[in-house]
Amino acid sequence: MAVDMGERVLRRRRRLWIYLAMTGLAVFFLFPLVFMFVSSLKPDGQILSDVGGWRAFLPVGDISLGNYSGVFDRVPVGRFLLNSLFVTTVVVVAGLVVNSMAGFAISRMRWTGRGLVLSVVIATLIVPFETIAVPMVYWVTRLPTLVFENGWIAYDIGWLDSYEVQIIPFIANGFSVFLFAQYFSTIPAAIDEAARIDGAGWFTIYRRIAVPLSGPAFATVAILTFLPAWNQYLWPSMVVQDEDLRPVMVGMQYFFQENTAWGEVMAYTSMITLPVLVVFLAFQRAFVSSVAASGVKG
Amino acid sequence: MAAPAVLLLLVFLIVPVVLGFVLSFTNARLISPEPTSFTGFDNFVRAFTADPTFFRSVLNTFAFAAVVVPVQAGLGLVLAILVNQKIRGAVAFRVIFFIPVVTSIVVVSILWKFLYQPDGLINSFLDSITFGAWQGTAWLNNPSTALTAIIVLSVWQAVGFHMLIWLSGLQTIPGELYEAARIDGAGPWRQFRDVTWPCLRPTRVFVLITITIAALGLFVQIDVMTQGGPVDSTSTLVYHAVRMGYRQQQIGYGSALSLVFFVLVLIVALVQRVLTREKD
Repeated sequence: MAVDMGERVLRRRRRLWIYLAMTGLAVFFLFPLVFMFVSSLKPDGQILSDVGGWRAFLPVGDISLGNYSGVFDRVPVGRFLLNSLFVTTVVVVAGLVVNSMAGFAISRMRWTGRGLVLSVVIATLIVPFETIAVPMVYWVTRLPTLVFENGWIAYDIGWLDSYEVQIIPFIANGFSVFLFAQYFSTIPAAIDEAARIDGAGWFTIYRRIAVPLSGPAFATVAILTFLPAWNQYLWPSMVVQDEDLRPVMVGMQYFFQENTAWGEVMAYTSMITLPVLVVFLAFQRAFVSSVAASGVKG
Repeated sequence: MAAPAVLLLLVFLIVPVVLGFVLSFTNARLISPEPTSFTGFDNFVRAFTADPTFFRSVLNTFAFAAVVVPVQAGLGLVLAILVNQKIRGAVAFRVIFFIPVVTSIVVVSILWKFLYQPDGLINSFLDSITFGAWQGTAWLNNPSTALTAIIVLSVWQAVGFHMLIWLSGLQTIPGELYEAARIDGAGPWRQFRDVTWPCLRPTRVFVLITITIAALGLFVQIDVMTQGGPVDSTSTLVYHAVRMGYRQQQIGYGSALSLVFFVLVLIVALVQRVLTREKD
């Protein structure tokens, strides 16, 4: 009995310590973001005078959405948001199609060069984008493009300042191909054979059998490609000068450089953080399992 | 059916890698009246002998990685162990610790730049817990604190990701192992040392390698917060490569610096292969 009691007290004390540690860490991870959202609602003078105490984290005092309308008055942030939304959507959706088809071909079909393609795909995984960013700028200024001029299709050189330069290089992704290939290889081969006997072509098998059975793989790839596409910064900051084509992250850096009104800066950062945060909180289970899946490389 | 992906990878990954290698040995510029010519190892000789900023950038990159890798991996493991406890609310804490990861690093850099200001939140906080003894400092304008300040926010932003990787490693460890250890009288520390740690070997290699490669590629924080300053104290390899290759339009030289970065990444990847081979 005495031992039991002792153990229970011990366990309860241990649990208390764990909660204390986790609460302390939660404060550490949340305080900058709470401060950001709260400050976005305050006039500049009040942000600075509140900084010394608890009021910095509370929406008190002169609260308004004035900073938000200020941002819209100063820069075409709506346009930036639409640009990022468009680029991100196309990168994610086209990526799902292109990479799943490649993953299917690699895992289910037998063809010459399959082994070579698989090893090239795996080799691409160790190339961080930063290593090719500089030569890539040189490369895209020399790529041909088609332009529409007065109803005619003309031929031009250089991809700078366009949507395609923000989208096309990021559609194919070695890691996505690899994840799809792994997932498709878990579907029993007997299904393919039965479908082949019934006269189905490979594309039909892909579309009618592999895709409908692979929802989790599609969700994982969509989540893992959505975040980097939305957060693109280095690449568009080099190849997009035109304000009409500028994505949110680059737009924010320009805004930040030209502006020391912290309330408006915080309103801008809050505005582009909130949608992602809402999506994350709504699908947090899917996010967590996607990240866990990205660990399979090891 | 693999054709579209293969073609895109070829044009936008393999060609740029090869091109970067070739351009490293030229004096190519983005826009140049003169034709590009081969200059042999000139770019590398310049980097290693005539460019003090490059030297400083490499040192800063290594210093950053040397601190971030153990701190981020260690803190990630602590977080993973905490949220892996079977107690109420663990999932909520897991979500909270992961929130900075879904926040853009550009947003995070701007936000922390504000926190680090002389009259910002961090100085005010230090001032109030030391009852006014703290004089306040401009963290990012001081060469001796700037890199440390960037390390703190980098770990803050990314550690949640590695918490989840550790967590998925922890969850593969069979519960019977812990039960057996407990029957043998092992306390929490012995259980960690003799069960958890050895079982996490594959996860450990993966976590260390991914953090190392990401740390060596440090760019956005620098670009948004300090532009490499003050006096090059926060310039990094990738930042310097972009500054020379793109901003100063010296594509050849910038490619050579990128190649140096790539070689570092390849060495790390090679170490990973050796470490994971040993296991088999």
